Amino acid sequence: MRFMVLVKASKDSEAGVLPDEKDLGAMMKFNEELVKAGVLLAGEGLQASSKGARIRFSGDKRTVIDGPFAETKELIAGYWMIQVKSKEEAIEWMRRCPNPHPGTESEIEIRQVFEAADFAPVDPTGEQRKKQEELRATVESRRS
Amino acid sequence: MTASDVHRAIHAVYRIESARLIAGLARMTRDVGVAEELAQDALVAALERWPEQGVPDNPGAWLMATAKHRAIDDIRRTKRLERKHEELGHTIEAERELAAPDLDAAIDDDVGDDLLRLVFTACHPVLSTDARVALTLRLLGGLTTDEIARAFLVPEPTIAQRIVRAKRTLAEARVPFEVPRGDDLAARLSSVLEVVYLIFNEGYAATAGDDWMRPALCEDALRLGRILAELVPKEPEAHGLAALMEIQASRARARVRPSGEPILLLDQNRALWDYVLVRRGLAALERAEALGGERGPYALQAAIAACHARARTAAETDWARIAALYAELARVAPSPVVELNRAVAVAMADGPAAGLAIADALTAEPSLRGYHLLPSVRGDLLAKVGRFGEACAELERAASLTRNERERRLLLDRAAACAARDQAPRD
Repeated sequence: MRFMVLVKASKDSEAGVLPDEKDLGAMMKFNEELVKAGVLLAGEGLQASSKGARIRFSGDKRTVIDGPFAETKELIAGYWMIQVKSKEEAIEWMRRCPNPHPGTESEIEIRQVFEAADFAPVDPTGEQRKKQEELRATVESRRS
Repeated sequence: MTASDVHRAIHAVYRIESARLIAGLARMTRDVGVAEELAQDALVAALERWPEQGVPDNPGAWLMATAKHRAIDDIRRTKRLERKHEELGHTIEAERELAAPDLDAAIDDDVGDDLLRLVFTACHPVLSTDARVALTLRLLGGLTTDEIARAFLVPEPTIAQRIVRAKRTLAEARVPFEVPRGDDLAARLSSVLEVVYLIFNEGYAATAGDDWMRPALCEDALRLGRILAELVPKEPEAHGLAALMEIQASRARARVRPSGEPILLLDQNRALWDYVLVRRGLAALERAEALGGERGPYALQAAIAACHARARTAAETDWARIAALYAELARVAPSPVVELNRAVAVAMADGPAAGLAIADALTAEPSLRGYHLLPSVRGDLLAKVGRFGEACAELERAASLTRNERERRLLLDRAAACAARDQAPRD
């Protein structure tokens, strides 16, 4: 099963301050450990929200709002996608992660990724899953 | 945290640490069976103590320290009992190693080497293929005996016995806990890769029974393949195998209908492919090819899979390149199955008649007698050149040969379609 691990933003990450060499080194060592264990599928750091945007939906109306956004602690500053056997394993791996914003209080969030099989129990005929796949197909084909 | 939460956490820690733990202990004790027992003992100790004391900050080091103490006790006991000269020398050496003050640092540095030794030991040629598979999943994949049994559809005692016997065989044959060198390395590495790919294929397509996929084994094999590629980063075939498995796994979501029926590669909805895995596969293939030298069978198969992965639609597939890659594969690792695949690629590149000529030449091949894909391919190509009657007979023969129920039905449907065309008036 897969988990997406989300790193929350900090004042520094929102200000575009890059981690120093030592902190970066610690994080790279951790990432390397995940790679060597065959656990890490993907992962990226995200730039400050000042370089991003939001689209707000209201009925059929769409409004584009440029960053930065105020609620720093709710923003996301990076992610890992990992493949493990259980939520407990995901937790055990991420407990080993260095503090993403050293010297401050910070948080990462571990969320399980939906897989096709997760829809099976409430979807005996496979109808919902089919719709979901069609939706995904459309999204993917637009992306490519 | 409740007690069962802590137990789940402990098992998660053990899954993360067990391979490194067993590998480190095997270097000290020179016996993977003993090493695994020591690791299991440490797990039991953790299950006793952590629910009260909490999970330590460095659980891996705790498990290793606990197992090491146990190992030293055992060695002292053995030493008292057996005073044989050879064993004494061995024991002193092992004990010196165990007592080294900077042992944790040494373990950290050597952990890759130890894991690699464990890989080569679990896949040692003195063991049967079944034993290699079970031992690899147990010692390196961290699977329980019960999990292995369920994945391979055999009773648990069978697997338990297989593992016990494998450990005994290794001990009796005095298989050294080491990484093979020189000419030996290539052959031994290919045995390791074979075991990993076998596990992947077992998960990817069941050959018996109804269930088309047992995806957990695919994930286990992928993890092993990724670990292996990092352990031997200069071996192109390790990256080749990782690439092949990543790309094949990327199609998992697209290759079965909700009803469970398989969907052939060219009919798959490519938007359903997992592009995280596709990218990983292409990156692994690049690493393999960047290392240079003649491409091995896994890198070549991965290169073929990559041709499909790069094509946005089935129609955009570069069949000429695939046919050329199959020709190269047939040179490096000649086999009638590769030749059959080449027939398909040539048919796509140069027309069904050209492919049929290659497939026809294989009908006399004794090793393909009973292989359902030969009549399946011939049936397809015969239909494409308009020989529907022969096509129908071949597809029915293919249906009678496959052991997969869903595939059988698919083949019979195609046979029926050919029969209908055969009876339709010709223009």
